[in-house]
Order: sequence, then C-alpha cells, then structure tokens
Amino acid sequence: MMIDLLALAVAFPLLGAVVVTATPSHARGLGLASAVLTTLTSLVLSLGVWRDGSVRSDFGGWGAPLGIGLQADGLSVAMLVMSNLVALAVSVYAGSYFSATARRHFWPLWLLLWSALNGLFLATDLFNLYVTLELLGLSAAALGALSGTRAAVAANLRYLLVGLLGSMTYLMGVALLYSRYGMLDIGLLAEVIEPGLVAWTAMALMFSGLFLKAALFPMHFWLPPAHANAPAPVSAALSALVVKAAFYLVLRLWLDLFDPVLNASVANVLGLLGAGAVIWGSWRALRAERLKLLAAYSTVAQMGYLFIAFPLLVATPPGLARDNLLAAVVLLAMTHGFAKAGFFLAAGLVQKTAGHDRINELGGAAQALPAATFAIGLAGVALIGLPPSGTFLAKWIMIEQAMIQGLWWWVVVIMLGTLLAAAYIFRVLGHAFNREPTPYRFVNDARTEIPALLLAFISAFVLGLIAQPLWTLLDQGVLG
Amino acid sequence: MNFDAFLPAAIVLSSMIPGALIFFLKEESHRLRTVLNMTGALVKLVLVIWMIWGVYDGHSYETRLTLAPGIDLVLSADALSVLFVALSTLLWLVTTIYAIGYLEDSPNRSRFFGFFSLCVSATVGIALSGTLLTFVVFYEILTLATYPLVAHRGTPDAARGAKIYLAYTMGGGALLLVGAIWLQALVGPVEFTQGGILGNAPEEIRGTLVIIFFVLLGGLGVKAALVPLHGWLPQAMVAPAPVSALLHAVAVVKAGAFGIVRVVYDVYGVQFAHSNGLLFALGIIASITIIYGSLMALTQDSLKKRLAYSTVSQVSYIALGASIFGPIATIGGVVHLVHQGLMKITLFFCAGNYAEALGVHKVSEMDGVGKRMPGTSLAFTLGALGMIGIPPVAGFVSKWYLGLGAAEAGANWVLAVLVASSLLNAAYFLPILYKTWFRPTPTQWPAEHPHPGRLEIGGALLWPPLITAALALAAGLFAAAPFTPLEWASLIAEREYGR
Repeated sequence: MMIDLLALAVAFPLLGAVVVTATPSHARGLGLASAVLTTLTSLVLSLGVWRDGSVRSDFGGWGAPLGIGLQADGLSVAMLVMSNLVALAVSVYAGSYFSATARRHFWPLWLLLWSALNGLFLATDLFNLYVTLELLGLSAAALGALSGTRAAVAANLRYLLVGLLGSMTYLMGVALLYSRYGMLDIGLLAEVIEPGLVAWTAMALMFSGLFLKAALFPMHFWLPPAHANAPAPVSAALSALVVKAAFYLVLRLWLDLFDPVLNASVANVLGLLGAGAVIWGSWRALRAERLKLLAAYSTVAQMGYLFIAFPLLVATPPGLARDNLLAAVVLLAMTHGFAKAGFFLAAGLVQKTAGHDRINELGGAAQALPAATFAIGLAGVALIGLPPSGTFLAKWIMIEQAMIQGLWWWVVVIMLGTLLAAAYIFRVLGHAFNREPTPYRFVNDARTEIPALLLAFISAFVLGLIAQPLWTLLDQGVLG
Repeated sequence: MNFDAFLPAAIVLSSMIPGALIFFLKEESHRLRTVLNMTGALVKLVLVIWMIWGVYDGHSYETRLTLAPGIDLVLSADALSVLFVALSTLLWLVTTIYAIGYLEDSPNRSRFFGFFSLCVSATVGIALSGTLLTFVVFYEILTLATYPLVAHRGTPDAARGAKIYLAYTMGGGALLLVGAIWLQALVGPVEFTQGGILGNAPEEIRGTLVIIFFVLLGGLGVKAALVPLHGWLPQAMVAPAPVSALLHAVAVVKAGAFGIVRVVYDVYGVQFAHSNGLLFALGIIASITIIYGSLMALTQDSLKKRLAYSTVSQVSYIALGASIFGPIATIGGVVHLVHQGLMKITLFFCAGNYAEALGVHKVSEMDGVGKRMPGTSLAFTLGALGMIGIPPVAGFVSKWYLGLGAAEAGANWVLAVLVASSLLNAAYFLPILYKTWFRPTPTQWPAEHPHPGRLEIGGALLWPPLITAALALAAGLFAAAPFTPLEWASLIAEREYGR
C-alpha cells in the first residue's frame, strides 16, 4: 500500500502531463484533476509516515545499489506536504489566471515540474536526484518564459543556462563519488564515505551546483529577473518551491551523506553566504520599484536565513536543542513556501487589476482588492517573521540557540534582516492605503483570491501555532 | 473540555472571531456588523466578569498551547491581568458604541471594525499572557492590528503618521524580542510569577540581567511612550477619534506600561529590581517623561496633540509607581492604569465630539463650547480635573497613593516631581476649562454640523464620554468600596509583596 503511494506521488502528475498534452482542449479540467489526485496521494503518504515512520520502496525487483529506490522520511514528507499544498493552490489559481492558449502550454509543463519536485523529495540515490533536478530546472525555465515577453524570455534563457550549469556541476560531484565508491544510494554511501580529497571535492562540486540552483548569494543574480518576469502562478512556484528543492537537497546531503566530512568552517562559509543573502536581498527588495521584483529579492533574502542555520547546527551538540534547531529550519522553509506563493499570487492579481505593479502607484489597492491586499499583508507577516507565523517560531529558536552558543553575529544578521523585511513589506502596504474609497467588497474573484489568501493565512496563522506535528514528523527519520 | 482551561482563550477569541468575520462583510451590512461587534463586546464582558469572580475566589485559569518543545503559549489569569482585561473589555464596549456613531456613513467600515476587534483581542491577549513569549506574540499582533487603524483615513498625513508609528513600534518590538529571547537563553522559559523568578539568579549573570532589563525597557518604552521614545504618539493623532481613544487609554500605550509592570514585578521581582538599582533608573526615566510630556503639552494648540502629550506624561505615573519600592506606591501605579484609562478616553471622546459637531480642533477655538455642548463639556471637565488630581475624581486617588508611597519609601524627589507635574497639568488644562465655560460663544464655529435631534450630538457620541466620566468620578468617590480599581490594586500589591 505505502509502496504504491510513493510511486503514485511521482506518477500521477507525470501521467497528468501526458494526458493534458494529448487532450489540450480539456487541459484545465484534467490538469486540476491530476493536481487534486497528486496532492491527496502525498497527504495520505505523509499521514502514514507521521503515524508509522519512514517508508521505502525499491523498483524493478533490484536492491539498493542497482534499482530505483524511493523513500519518504520526516524531512522529505514535510517538504512534500508543503509543496503539494502550495502547488494545489497554484493550480486552482492558474486555472482562471491563464488565457485559453497559454493554458495549453502551462498544464503539461506544470505537471512535469510537479512530478520532478515530488521525485526529488522522495529519491534516494544521487543519480535519480540529478534527473529530477534537471527536469525541474528545464520545466521551470520553460514555464518562466510562458508570458512570452522579451524580458521574460531573456531572463529565463539565462535561468535555463544557469540551471544546466548547476546540475552539471552537481553531476560531476556525483560522478566523482561513483568512481571512488561505485555506488549512488545515499544511505549506502554514508556508511563508507570518509574524509579525504575525493569526498571533499565531490561535496564542493555538488554543493556549488546546488547553491547556484538555490540562488544563494552571490549566485542569486539570475533569480530576480527570472522570477519577476514570469507569470504570477509560475513565479509563485519558482520562488516558493523550486529554489526550496535545491535547499532541501543541500540539507539532505548535509545530514545524511556528508556528515563525516563536514566541519565548522564549511558551515561558516554557508552561514556567511546566507548572511550576505539576507542583507543584500532585503536591501534590494527595499529599493525595488516593482512589486514582483521586490518579492523576488525577498526570496533571495529568505533563502539566506535557511543557510544561516548551518553554522548554528554545527555549533549545537546533538540533543533536544539541535532537534529543535533542525525543526526550526524546516519550519522556516515551509512557512516561506506558503508565504511567498501567497504573496506572488496576490501580486499577480494586483498587477492584473492595475495593469502594472509599480509600488509607488499602487494607491487604492487596499480598497479595490481587499483580499489580495490582505494576502500580501498576511504573507508579509510571515516574511518579516512576526508572530504568530511559523517564521517567528523558527527565528525564536534560531536566535535562542545562537545566544546560548554565544554566536551573537548571527543574531545581529537575523534581526537586521527582520527589520529590513518589515521596511520593505510595509512600504508596499503603506502605498495600498492612500486613496479614496471604491465600494468595499472583500472577495471579488474567489477562484484566484481564495488560494492566495489561504496560502498567506496558513503561513501567518497556522504553521506557527500548530507546528507540533512537525516535531513528531521529523522524529520519524531525521532526528534522534 | 475543561472550561477553566478554555476561559482565557475564549476571552481572546470573543473579539477575534467577530473581527475576522467582519472583514468579509459588505460595506452596506451595517446592521449585521453592529450585531457582530456588540455581541463580541457583550460576550467578552460576561466572560470577564466570570473570570473576575473566579480569580477573587482564588480560582486559576490557564490555557496552554505547546508550540515546540520548551516553547509554550500560555494565557492565564492573575489579579494584575484581570485588572487590565476588565479595563480593556469595558472601554472597548464603550468605544465600539462611540465608533459606530462616529464613523456613520464613512467609508471602509468593515475593514475598520475588523482591525478594531483584532486590536482589542491583542490587548486582552497581552493582559492574559502568562509567559514573556506570549506577551511578545500579542504585543506584536497589537502593532499589526493598530497600523491599519492609524492609516485608516488614507490621506498623506495618515500615511506619514502610520509610517512613523510603525518605525517606532517595529524597532521597539525588535528590542523586546531580543531581550525576551536573551532572558530565555539565560534562565529558561520565562513564566510570569508573583514575586519574580530571578530572586535566586546566580551572582555571575546579574550584570547581564541588568543589561537585559534595559533592553526590555527599551522595547516596552516605545509603546509606553517613555521619553525619548515617545515621538510616534503625537504623530499618530491623525487617526480617527475612536482610534486615538483606544490607543491612549486602552491598547497601545497601556500595553507598554502594563509590560513594564509585569517585567518589574513578575519577571525580575521588585526585590531584585530594587537591590540592583533598576527601580531607581526606571524612576528617573519616568520622572523625566512626566515633566517633559507636561511641558510639551503646554505648548500645543491642537487639542488632540495636547492630550497626546498629556498621555505621555500621565502614563509614566504607572512606571513611576512601579519604580518606588513599597506596596503603597505599587497600588498608586497599578490603579492609575485604570484611572488614566477612564479619564483619558473621556477626554478623547470629547475632543472627537467637538471636532465632529463644531469643527473645533484647536484649544484657541474652544471659547464658549460649554454653552453650545454642555454634556460633552461636563464630561471633559471631569476628565481634566481628574488628570490634574483634584478630588474626588479618580486621578486624585492615584496621585495620593503615589505620593504616600514615595514618602514612605523616603523618595522625596518623587514628591517634587508629583507636585511639579500637577501644577503643569493644571497649567495646560485649566485654561481650556476657563475658555469652555467662561468665554463668550463665537458667532460662528469653524465647521458646524448641526444635529437634528434634541441632543447636542448623536446619542452614540454623547453617552460614551458621559459614562466614562461618571466611572472616573465613581472610581474616586467610592474608592474604598469592594471591587473598585483601588481595592483590586491593593489585592495585587498584597500578593506581589507577599503579605
């Protein structure tokens, strides 16, 4: 039963992609159906892991070194739940966002991306991970160029090339490991890997490739134009999920594979780059003239927080405190997924209604589009890290650990980023209030506004208050 | 489910749920909105009365939600929280009536009342917070809920005021957050406990604890408008009158002052704070604020700004009371939390009425308003006399206990501060009262909106100030009766000093 679910979570969207390509006239209906099916599968799978612990399945009758293995543990399931719920909301939104012609291109690519994403969270060997990574990058860049404007095509062509460079670099690292150890399964490799030049070089290559894909400062240059020029539902998926997938992989390799190889200086480098991302990304977001560009730079900054966690993880001795820290990082990633997707979806509505997304000319959005403005506000709460969002809880744990370990520098960076985020979010909201009223109706177009609002609401009010299951979930595999 | 474990949460939710629903209402749904507002306010009142009764009987109520291992969200009731909860619930009810009248036919009311309800939910959450973390959570939610209220009018002025407000409160919030986490990193989860939790803190971390105290004070001082962190308060005056009333008397400023009282008594413990010199420092800051606010109030011609600076000054009486070591001063400070609220909300209601009915915004335009609007002016007079500290209005009781407490503790300089401040209070309020009652009425008001009915202004605007003024008077007249603010404050002081 569980074995089927692992495969189905990857197969449903893939199957959906094939079906919508074959019958483009029913793309929306069939696409939505696959979206619902995929999400349900992932949720049931996650529920199983939450209750009974991690599951693994091997295909083709071959054991670990040869066959294709899929595995769901607490960490992968946490990311899976977040991604699938966000993707479902994006699907509903996209159903009414795109015109009929754009729809035919959107659905196949979108379901392909979804399949790659689920595959990435569930894959257990380094080569399969490469395949999903490559598929993810290709479909993401194609989706980003969907709006067809010159700027979008140029930005996403660059995105495509950067993505290829990233996955190639990653693959070189994989090849190196394979030539040395003759195996690709993460679990098996972890038992034999030992510190040395090979492991070091492989780690450096694989991480560099993934940093490029995660847009870690200063390798973020490709992200803002690509994410800001894509159609809103695509921007949401790119910012909330695709970069997050690369981060997930870093975390996964860090915890499960390179643990014996790592030391504090590697972690400090990651943390420093993260700090750079937080400061620089937030600063650029503050200076951005367009709403979607602001959101894109905010993603650069938010990815930075995730990397700041590494030096803290290394400094904290194993035990409850480290488990808390790890859960905090995952919570941070999940919250940002919901928040940024909600933000981008709402920004898309603002852009569609106003005809532009220049922040200084957004006056009256609060009156004309209350639901979208609310979504931006709620997502903003989570992006800043105000209570009761998941970000708040995560930052609290991170700061507390940093203080206990005497690592004050990270406290300063986190707080500075928080204040900058408050400045850029409220810069948007401040402009929303300044016009005489149009008749107040909270919801104008339910099919696009409700998904945005729900995502933002979850990030601001749900994840922080009922995060307890996450701890249970991470106990199933990653912690302990 | 055990009702005792649910009551604190229910008190918070009783305004939060109606608030959330109101956002979704169409602008025209006037009646439904009013029903939701009033239902929430009345349900909350009933629940709070229930809680007061229980706490008086020594019952304990606690809602606990575990967010993560070692991190709990706790809402609980002790004597101090009940005092603040009762104040905000009562004044919210009155202010809601006032706001419904004040905003009649103005745009975006669903948004306004939604945030209005969230604002009081956050305040009640602050009052009931059982841990420092919970306090921080609701403190920040309060900032978020009040920002749209300050920006509500949507004018450039409102946008500017809101921006300044936000810059101050976000900065303060960040300080508070750092202080709270720092304290938790040092001593573990900080639960508010009568008598404080740091009494047995090891000698070597005392220095750090003192630093943390000032970090926390910096965070709380922004909302409490301690000089030099008060700059946002006069700017936030652009908000509609009911918002000013709420900001000054119930929610924001009070939240800061309440936080200071909490930190001094229930985190550090008055004994620890006294022996490490923290109380003295707090007393100095509070005294400077009291004098400075009064001096600034003297120079303001805008009525609302004068009242704003008066708030800066008056709220610091609460901090001053907390800074004097001795139960009598504690009573004076804590009781002022309620008294100042009653008096200041009256004054802001009246200022709103003058502006609404006559277009009078400035002190210099107030000649003869007493004859034109006797009811409003009567309420204003009572509030102003109370602020000066003239018996038998409530303000006198606060000042009496503060003075007595200072004398008992041998802090004679505090007496000087009290006298100077009272003289200044008189200097900026008495001219207004003189103008109101004894100057001839001008031939034309700045912008008169004649009211069709028998009253000088709509009943929803007239009754709230009269009721709050009457309460301020009653709190002074019957101060020694059971269940008055003074009695309750004595109960708190008794428990804090462990007698």
